Amino acid sequence: MPDADWLRVKPPAARLLLQADAHARAAAAAVWGVPFSEESCRARAAAGRATLWLGPDEHLMWQESREAELPIVELAHALAPFAHSLVDVSHRQIALEVSGPEAAVILAGACPLDLSLQAFPVQMCTRTVLAKAEIVLWRTAPENFHIEVWRSFQAYVEALLREIARP
Amino acid sequence: MKFRTPSGGRIDRRQPISFSFDGKAYQGYPGDTLASALLANGVHLVGRSFKYHRPRGIFSAGADEPNALVTVSRDGARSTPNLRATQVELYRNLTAISQNRWPSLEFDVGRINDSLSRFLPAGFYYKTFMWPRGAWKSLYEPAIRRAAGLGRAPTLPDPDRYAQRYAHCELLVIGAGPAGIAAALTAADSGARIILCDEQAELGGSLLSDPVPSIDGKNSSAWLEASLAKLGANPRVTLLPRTTAFGYFPHNFVGLSQRLTDHLDSPPPGLARERLWQVRARNVVIAAGAAERPLIFPGNDLPGIMLAGAAHTYLHRYGVRVGSKAVILTCNDDAYQTALDLQAAGTQVGAIADIRPAGGGPLTAAARSAGINIIYNATVQGTRGDQRITGVTLANTDLDCDVLLMSGGYTPSVHLFSQSRGKLEWSDALKAFVPSVSAEAERSAGACRGIYGLEEVLADGANAAAHALQLNRAPPVFEIDSPERRRDSFLGALPGAGTSGSKSFVDWQHDVTTRDLALATREGFHSIEHVKRYTTTGMATDQGKGSNLNAMSIVAQQLGRPIPQVGLTTFRMPYTPVTFGSFAGISRRDLFDPVRTTPTHAWAETQGAVFENVGLWKRAHYFPRPGESMHATVARECRAVRDGVGIFDASTLGKIEVVGPDAAEFMNRLYVNNWNTLKPGRTRYGILLREDGFVYDDGVVARLAEDRFHVTTTTGGAPRVLAMMEDYRQTEWPQLKVWLTSTTEQWAVIAVQGPHARKVLEPLVTDLDIGAAAFPHMSVARGKICGLPMMLFRVSFTGELGYEINVPADFGRRVWEAVYAAGADFGITAYGTEAMHVLRAEKGYIIVGQETDGTATPDDAGLSWAVAKSKTDFVGLRSLQRPAMQSANRKQLVGLKAKDGRTVLEEGAQVAERPAQRPPMQLIGHVTSSYGETTVGYPIALGMVAGGRARMGQTLYVPMPGRDIEVEVTSPVFYDPQGVRINA
Repeated sequence: MPDADWLRVKPPAARLLLQADAHARAAAAAVWGVPFSEESCRARAAAGRATLWLGPDEHLMWQESREAELPIVELAHALAPFAHSLVDVSHRQIALEVSGPEAAVILAGACPLDLSLQAFPVQMCTRTVLAKAEIVLWRTAPENFHIEVWRSFQAYVEALLREIARP
Repeated sequence: MKFRTPSGGRIDRRQPISFSFDGKAYQGYPGDTLASALLANGVHLVGRSFKYHRPRGIFSAGADEPNALVTVSRDGARSTPNLRATQVELYRNLTAISQNRWPSLEFDVGRINDSLSRFLPAGFYYKTFMWPRGAWKSLYEPAIRRAAGLGRAPTLPDPDRYAQRYAHCELLVIGAGPAGIAAALTAADSGARIILCDEQAELGGSLLSDPVPSIDGKNSSAWLEASLAKLGANPRVTLLPRTTAFGYFPHNFVGLSQRLTDHLDSPPPGLARERLWQVRARNVVIAAGAAERPLIFPGNDLPGIMLAGAAHTYLHRYGVRVGSKAVILTCNDDAYQTALDLQAAGTQVGAIADIRPAGGGPLTAAARSAGINIIYNATVQGTRGDQRITGVTLANTDLDCDVLLMSGGYTPSVHLFSQSRGKLEWSDALKAFVPSVSAEAERSAGACRGIYGLEEVLADGANAAAHALQLNRAPPVFEIDSPERRRDSFLGALPGAGTSGSKSFVDWQHDVTTRDLALATREGFHSIEHVKRYTTTGMATDQGKGSNLNAMSIVAQQLGRPIPQVGLTTFRMPYTPVTFGSFAGISRRDLFDPVRTTPTHAWAETQGAVFENVGLWKRAHYFPRPGESMHATVARECRAVRDGVGIFDASTLGKIEVVGPDAAEFMNRLYVNNWNTLKPGRTRYGILLREDGFVYDDGVVARLAEDRFHVTTTTGGAPRVLAMMEDYRQTEWPQLKVWLTSTTEQWAVIAVQGPHARKVLEPLVTDLDIGAAAFPHMSVARGKICGLPMMLFRVSFTGELGYEINVPADFGRRVWEAVYAAGADFGITAYGTEAMHVLRAEKGYIIVGQETDGTATPDDAGLSWAVAKSKTDFVGLRSLQRPAMQSANRKQLVGLKAKDGRTVLEEGAQVAERPAQRPPMQLIGHVTSSYGETTVGYPIALGMVAGGRARMGQTLYVPMPGRDIEVEVTSPVFYDPQGVRINA
């Protein structure tokens, strides 16, 4: 049986979706304080912020708390010289954390990816599915997975994971 | 347990356990199968055959069992038919019953079929039941359906849980016999992840029932124990007993069905019954073994006639002598060992009837010196007995016996290899098909590719793993001490089979005899696929594991062709049946599909809303007051919007943010509208077509900035519109600097509609003037509501003055409640999707998918005003220019009004030009939407009618059972045709 708090809903986070090329990303990184991974399916994290590679020109900018205002104006200014799309999706999705020694096995109940540390190392992130829900899966530590899922799928994903975790 | 040996076997003899079969109590031991426990009690008769209802006994000791199919029940809901007794693990108080018999197993009325069998030849369905023609539906088909099928499926819902898991490994080994274990041992230290699965309760395969050989100086069971302990201690090795690899899918995706609780005395409640493993394996080693091949001779289906290897297994693994007096019929040396072992255990061996001219290897001499009578060149003329064999007639001898043990050699189990699309080749030496060319990263090892000697099997398994993982070291060598055996094979019917009056069975489970196959070939069925379907040979649940090769051989002989030219039938998944529950897994009840709810869902629940499913969404359908009917509720909600103000949750509408310097160009190429003329701060009704020119989706599009559009879609259309946009963006126009982001769930959307809408919102909105002049119809702007950031649309899907408040979703409920409270003085009324549908229909606004059906152009739907005349291209334009798409007689959107002013038309009803027609009627249209509770005072309907716009004022007819409803063709706009109210 997994630990009591193996499944946790994270506090509301702030999120921006940036679609742009590497030059624009470099300009955004200077404001955001976290570089953008040019390697596919990798996240970078620092000081309560992160960037997640979702596609060659698509990154999720994630900030763990909504207490601090998003630097929208500064980003817009930095990105102005570049063709880009920056959209606030803070409320579009919620974050869950699955943790503990059983975390990967529980996720394997509904996610078809190879979640071994070799195939899915720490800081790997990708779009995938959890049964019938689309998610972004991000390994933040060997036994820690961060799930981003659209808000209306939260109840389904939570119930699904709890069902899978039963013996 | 009269037939239990005093010692030996892998059963736990400390505590006998009780079970029942057909209501009679018996005893067995933990470690027994139902079959071994029945045999220990001397029970051979366990079922009736499918077609002739002949008595049948336990035939094998494994998955190839064609006869011993039973129903095992724990309770009414936990009842499983057609289980092979040879694979059912015994547990305390197990309850099993036989099948396909009435009133009892010993006396079965259906046995009459056996006497009538000359009237029931192969293909008799097709011959007998063709006349009279009318009788097929009323008489023959129902009767055949009643007689068809084995066992009864439970009618209660399945109370068990079923788990599923995806798994990945570098090496999947299917089958934990000697080859599989050698493969796993070889790979174990390489760092690779290994899964070793086996369908049986214990891993070990043939080693579990063969005490003779020694491996590396240990006896076989000691070696097995040590090997499994070593594998079990390796964290990279997953051992899965009770796990059947049932299906082999592309790219080494293999389905495993693991049975978790079926063997337990009383499974703890809540524990999953089975687990479906979906394994993606870099390499697969199939070590599925071989099935012993039965022999075909007259009367070869009496209870007591079984495979020699099965008798060997029952003796050594379960400590059961299958009978008191045995005759062995064989073509290979393994059965000699069985004869010797049975004799040592106290069973009298009447003779070894060897069909070979001069016997086999050293075991022949051993048998002779043990005093066993050996007959060469043997054949069988017939058997005696009714519900159990009592004797067998050989060419010159008549022998009494209570078991006849046969061995026709082995048939490699190539099911999974064949499922993997590997190529088989015929081996004359083995008289069998064996794997030849693999289609996947797959290797077969051991008996499943025709290698039968233990030393060779172990080496083959080790080699397969070493090659699969490209290990740069020599695979381990296994030292074997075991007497040499000659394993010859025999194929087809023994000489004389099919000539006497007795039936010689080829397929026991489907009652197919040598004569059926001969008849089929005489009647012109020459392809094995045709013979199979005509005679049903090999089509039973055992998939012809024991019968296919013999059947092919007989057909080949009849046709005078070599077997490879007759061909092989296809092997299909599942290898053995898999429960439906296993496939369903967690996708049941509440978890069958995600249930999506909006931010105001909980509020609507507290208001007593009735919800409807819209795709995966739950939307408030209507908000009844206590005791209020749906009709009354909808009428009240509509009235409130027309006269006062209503509030409606539109959050499920799809939203896509289209951003980038080329955003307008992108929108111009996709949508029919001209977006260059849309200024930031304004919105426009947009239409998206498919390439064929038909309406695909619609919605209000807002221009938030020069380079930013906020596109709304229908609720159901959101994913497909985004997919279509992405498809064009990435594949057709990759040079455009534009990007798409789904924002459907970012925003909660609160529609406030009605003449008082502005008065309700004005006190709440700051940073924005929402007055009629400053913020006219089709405006959009950012501002604040209740101090929270907001994007406000002035739009209306009701025909009234209306706003749609977009706030970040987490604020949705708070803002909703604030608006609801502020509207109290104006009698604000929450309304649901039904009222929304009525209100929009009164205005003639279409719903994509209701008025349109995938064959409507914008003009058909009355929307040609939205199509930009100035544009030279957009998706669908070229199709719209085809003459047929511009015909004046296409179905066009109209209003339909019952002439009596009372009748509510049925949605989907047809529309005719003339009344009282007889079929085939000439129909010119259909009703797409129809509502009784309207605010215009009479029921209204929308319809698509051929040339409809030229028919205004005409009388048409809606034919219904027994009458035609007279309707008048009207404009689809029933309410406020000048649009005064919307611009208020």
